[in-house]
Amino acid sequence: MRQEGQVRIPSGCAVVGAISRTGKVFDGERMIQSIAVMHDRSNGLGGGFAAYGIYPDYKNYYAFHLFYQTPAARAECEAFLDKHFDIINLSKIPTRKVASITDEPLIWRYFVMPLPTKLDASQLDDREYVARCVMRINSQIENAFVVSSGKNMGVFKAVGFPEDVGRFYRLDEYEGHCFTAHGRYPTNTPGWWGGAHPFALLDYTVVHNGEISSYDANRRTVEMHGYKCTLQTDTEVITYMIDYLHRRMKLTFPEIAGVIAASFWQTIERRPPEERAALEYLRRAFPSYLITGPFSILVGFENGLLALGDRLKLRSMVAAEKDDMVYFSSEEAAIRAIEPVLDRVWAPKGGEPVLVTLEQGG
Amino acid sequence: MPVDYFYPDYEVERNYDRCIVCRVCERQCANKAHEYLETANKMVCDDAKCVNCHRCVSLCPTRSLKIVKSTHTFKANANWSGKTIKELYHQAESGGVLLSSMGNPEPFPVYFDKLLINASQVTNPSIDPLREPMEIQTSLGPKPKAVERDAKGRIVNNLGPQIQLNLPVMFSAMSYGSISYNAHESLARAAAELGILYNTGEGGLHEDFYKYGPHTIVQVASGRFGVHKDYLESGAAIEIKMGQGAKPGIGGHLPGAKTVGDVSRTRMIPAGSDAISPAPHHDIYSIEDLRQLVYSLKEATEWKKPVIVKIAAVHNVAAIASGIARSGADILSIDGFRGGTGAAPTRIRDNVGIPIELALASVDTRLRDEGIRDDISVVVGGSIRSSADIVKAIALGADCVYIGTAALLALGCHLCRSCHSDLCNWGIATQNPELVKRLNPNIGYKRLVNLLTAWGHEIKEMMGGMGINSIEALRGNRLMLRGVGLSRPELDVLGVKHAGE
Repeated sequence: MRQEGQVRIPSGCAVVGAISRTGKVFDGERMIQSIAVMHDRSNGLGGGFAAYGIYPDYKNYYAFHLFYQTPAARAECEAFLDKHFDIINLSKIPTRKVASITDEPLIWRYFVMPLPTKLDASQLDDREYVARCVMRINSQIENAFVVSSGKNMGVFKAVGFPEDVGRFYRLDEYEGHCFTAHGRYPTNTPGWWGGAHPFALLDYTVVHNGEISSYDANRRTVEMHGYKCTLQTDTEVITYMIDYLHRRMKLTFPEIAGVIAASFWQTIERRPPEERAALEYLRRAFPSYLITGPFSILVGFENGLLALGDRLKLRSMVAAEKDDMVYFSSEEAAIRAIEPVLDRVWAPKGGEPVLVTLEQGG
Repeated sequence: MPVDYFYPDYEVERNYDRCIVCRVCERQCANKAHEYLETANKMVCDDAKCVNCHRCVSLCPTRSLKIVKSTHTFKANANWSGKTIKELYHQAESGGVLLSSMGNPEPFPVYFDKLLINASQVTNPSIDPLREPMEIQTSLGPKPKAVERDAKGRIVNNLGPQIQLNLPVMFSAMSYGSISYNAHESLARAAAELGILYNTGEGGLHEDFYKYGPHTIVQVASGRFGVHKDYLESGAAIEIKMGQGAKPGIGGHLPGAKTVGDVSRTRMIPAGSDAISPAPHHDIYSIEDLRQLVYSLKEATEWKKPVIVKIAAVHNVAAIASGIARSGADILSIDGFRGGTGAAPTRIRDNVGIPIELALASVDTRLRDEGIRDDISVVVGGSIRSSADIVKAIALGADCVYIGTAALLALGCHLCRSCHSDLCNWGIATQNPELVKRLNPNIGYKRLVNLLTAWGHEIKEMMGGMGINSIEALRGNRLMLRGVGLSRPELDVLGVKHAGE
């Protein structure tokens, strides 16, 4: 049977996210409790977490989380890292035994900085340099996979139910100001942990519920710009699209929403002239980045969290606020499980972005 | 010489029990196949003159006529077909080049018929176009490489001139001359009503039709017929015709018989002269020359018009397309070897060029491999026969399609493939005033509107089935296609999986 990356596997899912606007930290156990409520929305074939603000001691370094299927892949990848980066620290990512989590790869973490000489020679900014290195590892080093590559953040994912995955990674021992979590319901039996969510590049992470019908149009478009979709998942292509539109095209997140979950032309026509011109421009300039089909996504980034659903609202998404905390979830119950009394609960409209950014940049 | 006698390909069968000798068939046939025999008070016909256009059949009030394929045959020979033998006899007699009309009719594979479209089940809902918005409008033109902002951080519109279309279909180039005034009027009015564009072809633009300018593509071909400043400025876009799918490597042909009256005036050439366009543009011997013409036309029209470069689908089409994408052209149009024509040398029509499906797929792949697909829009034609072909073409990577033959069929063409004779009984491919008036533009334009309205509905249904509610998410979405009965090299070129994979 072919593994994920060789075959495209659609899946349904549960997502949850929490962020403190003031940058207050909380531990990962809360997220485990929250996502566990939606146990039936996943089927034990994928779960994961993205955590922001968890490496304050190394916050200026790129934190690489890596999966290796073989020791040889690790040796090859470490040689590559050594050639392109200063490795400040490296270690196995601590895990604990959980009966239902098996077949784990070698799971390593590196704190790195691009080698100044290499970076200069590449004529790239450091983020582009890092992104290209990630693409090279994922597409060229067999059995090695970069799980996450941003600063002061990391992704923890596995094949299993998300609550088991969280305990496996000892997420209760991490404190951060923003977490997202994901439970996966793939319609197949992938054996590869890389296919679980969140998907990440640099500090961008995406958890996603849905199956997009625009996949191949989107994939073939981002692949023109140096991205390589090695896993054939929706989440992977959405992550690259967001990286391209935000980091490289320098669109704002609300503008990105106007591209990937663009309003219908009939809606745009009714907008005031200036807004209408901007929305028309975004659709005409980036038509191949429109996503169709059901999705609700949580996009984590350096200093915030974006929630966005498809324009027909084909997947659920609930938002809630309590003091400085903002929550998003596929189901309200998952929020109530960890924050029973809320100041405000609402369901964002299809295609309407909800953007939460840290006050004073965190 | 007896060898030049051919038994006709088709026989007109008349049911004399039904025939009322009204002589409609006789009046309707410009080929004079029917004749009234006064002595016997009966209609007779000369099958040899029949082109099988069905005009008489369609107008016979008692349904007494039908056209059947002749059973007369040469001795069976898998190598020397009857068609080949007859063509040889013709040339032995005339010493001339064989002429044909309309697209390549030979039994080459039609890849559209070997591609199947996907639909959603369970994991992803299909979308009902009767109840939800379903967007098929599109715009053609290059996409910006970077976003520009003003001092206040607002996005500046840096999109070049674009073509806006209500549906991803345009009427392809058919010159005034090759087709009639009424046919052109029908196309122009339909384009205006549908919110799409039609194309003048290389024969210039009749002064009556300048009012449809916002829905017109004006063509500049190697003969430069009818090209002047007002003409260039009148349209929504300018198309440089480098080639045509029906006759790659050679220029347009308009027989002198059709160069009459307004046609000669519009083309700015003497009446009765054959309008044979040069094979190449004599100012374009290479890609850098094309770039100069693209920029000349843009300068001449103050950079307000997108420039389309139309090429025939030939073996090296992907590399040529890549060159064109870097030539400053905004839109690339590719014409497949099945594309129609008003007149072409038979041998070229039937033997030169490649299928549009393969050309499109390889061009789209190549432009993406080079990262320049968004620098140019891609329009394909030759031949698009239905809404399903459109969906497949867009999924393979086209932005939009051109239809020519399909539009003529809507106007009444029966594909008798005799356009070059100027005897079109349906009033389409003729300049004979008596025949032209048979095509009523009030009815003709409405039929074109009907056809594309119907196709629009069908495209929406197929898109909805795939869970796609906007045409841009279908473009290049090859996972929505599967091949059946195709070899691995064919699948590789098309970039699609086999059904079941």
